[in-house]
Amino acid sequence: MSKESVNTIPTDSEVILGILNNSESVLKRLYIAYFPMVLQLIINNNGDGDDAKDIYQEAIIILYNKVKTGDFELSSKLKTYIYSVCRRLWLKRLSQMNRYGGDIKDFEEYLSVDDESEKNNERDLQFNKMGEALKLLGEPCKTIIEDFYINNRSMKEICEDFGYTNADNAKTQKYKCLQRLKKLFFQQKD
Amino acid sequence: MSEKELLDQIDRYLNGEMTKEERARFESLRIEDAAVNEKVVEHKHFVGLIKQYGERLELERRLDAIHEEIDVHTLEDELMMHPSGIVRLWRNHHSKISVAASIAIFAVLCTLFFTGYLANREINYLEVGRIQRLEKSQKALSNKVNQLDGNKSVRTNPGIKGTGFAISSNGYIVTDYHVVNGADSVYVQSYDGKSYKARVINLAADPDVAILQITDPSFKALPPIPYNFKKAESDIGENVFTVGYPIDAMVLGMGYLSAGSGYQGDSTSYQISVPVNPGNSGGPLLDNKGNVIGIVDAKQTNMAGTAFALKSSYLMKAIENIPSDSLNKPINLNNKNVLATLNRVQQIKKLQNYIFMIRVYNQ
Repeated sequence: MSKESVNTIPTDSEVILGILNNSESVLKRLYIAYFPMVLQLIINNNGDGDDAKDIYQEAIIILYNKVKTGDFELSSKLKTYIYSVCRRLWLKRLSQMNRYGGDIKDFEEYLSVDDESEKNNERDLQFNKMGEALKLLGEPCKTIIEDFYINNRSMKEICEDFGYTNADNAKTQKYKCLQRLKKLFFQQKD
Repeated sequence: MSEKELLDQIDRYLNGEMTKEERARFESLRIEDAAVNEKVVEHKHFVGLIKQYGERLELERRLDAIHEEIDVHTLEDELMMHPSGIVRLWRNHHSKISVAASIAIFAVLCTLFFTGYLANREINYLEVGRIQRLEKSQKALSNKVNQLDGNKSVRTNPGIKGTGFAISSNGYIVTDYHVVNGADSVYVQSYDGKSYKARVINLAADPDVAILQITDPSFKALPPIPYNFKKAESDIGENVFTVGYPIDAMVLGMGYLSAGSGYQGDSTSYQISVPVNPGNSGGPLLDNKGNVIGIVDAKQTNMAGTAFALKSSYLMKAIENIPSDSLNKPINLNNKNVLATLNRVQQIKKLQNYIFMIRVYNQ
């Protein structure tokens, strides 16, 4: 797979497998393959390049999450799916900004997709809440939590990094940090 | 076991760091103690959320990195739908174009204003008889030329015909200003063919009304006027008629009131749909009951069958406005109407003696 050029459009099943295997190159080829299509949709419908980037990445994240959680069923071409999700997201964004003139210029065929972006909203909400909670948590707690739970580093490494005299102190610290994080996370309003 | 230690165990359990025996012991603890089990589920969920956050962050970072490699600007230029030349011209220069257009419109309006174009819109509004008057003055001119040639004086034209009607029994007659304007002498001819000399006692172009007085010594006072003047406005759709002298004989014209305002919205006039010819100018406009509701005034030349009549209230105002020192006898307007119950034939029989043909001479 690594021999293939970065510019070739990956097949749909290649993309699914690539996402499941966390393949960097497939993600890149996927991204490059369909970005122009989405850019075309958005810049010709009252948007700019940055809007296109936001919308496209949101759509890729939706696809990524769906594939990862295993509830992705490809009922059409992946291209059509991505276009439809972007179209839907952009329409929503336009009406939020009151820029929607009731008319959208289409460049591809599309399907109706509604529930997916709703489900993604829930994830978005939790993502934002977690980011906010971690920000409020402050240092060194934030780094300890991120190192241990996200970067999967061992307590021993963390202990050395932070100069704790023994692993028990580090564990106590981590415990306290986690309790505070939970509190901060659940305190936030939806 | 403290909560801190329990959590530490859960972390190790979830990370798969426990030995086989530890794991077995912990699993049996989960089964025995519901509180421990709940703790495990809860912690697992929360750690899941943290991991999800981390993954999402990582994914965004990767996507941003990929995005950096794309030349978005070049792509945008390629993919933007290029509008047609005229649209592009408008987008680039619309402010300049707007200013230019405003100046152009302003200039046109100024030109129109200063050349008087806007003020002279009534050009197609031809007062009844204007052309005849022009012809007449032309004939008078040619008569003079003939005289200069030494020929015998040619008898002057017996004048244009208009119509007038009596407003009082002592010889006051009303007609249109434009009928008698410019006249040297005015004669009125009654239905029985007698001609009387009259003088113009009041002349004003607006409203188009002239008051004549019969000065001929042979004139005897008329019997009381059978019609009166209606003060209120009449309604659209009312049947109206007029009697006048478009030809040498008296002619009846019947029709209906078609609008409450006259030419170009003139509120002092009615629009009527009555067959009318130039000689009808100055004739009375009456409703079914024989009330005078106006005086036939002018005709719009480009609308067949449409004429105008000055409303009676303005006619009365014009009569009232005559300076009293120009009257040697009072004008007593009649306010009794004896025509109301009569049929049209009888009405006209009563009317005919009060309607006069107006002859105008000028030399």
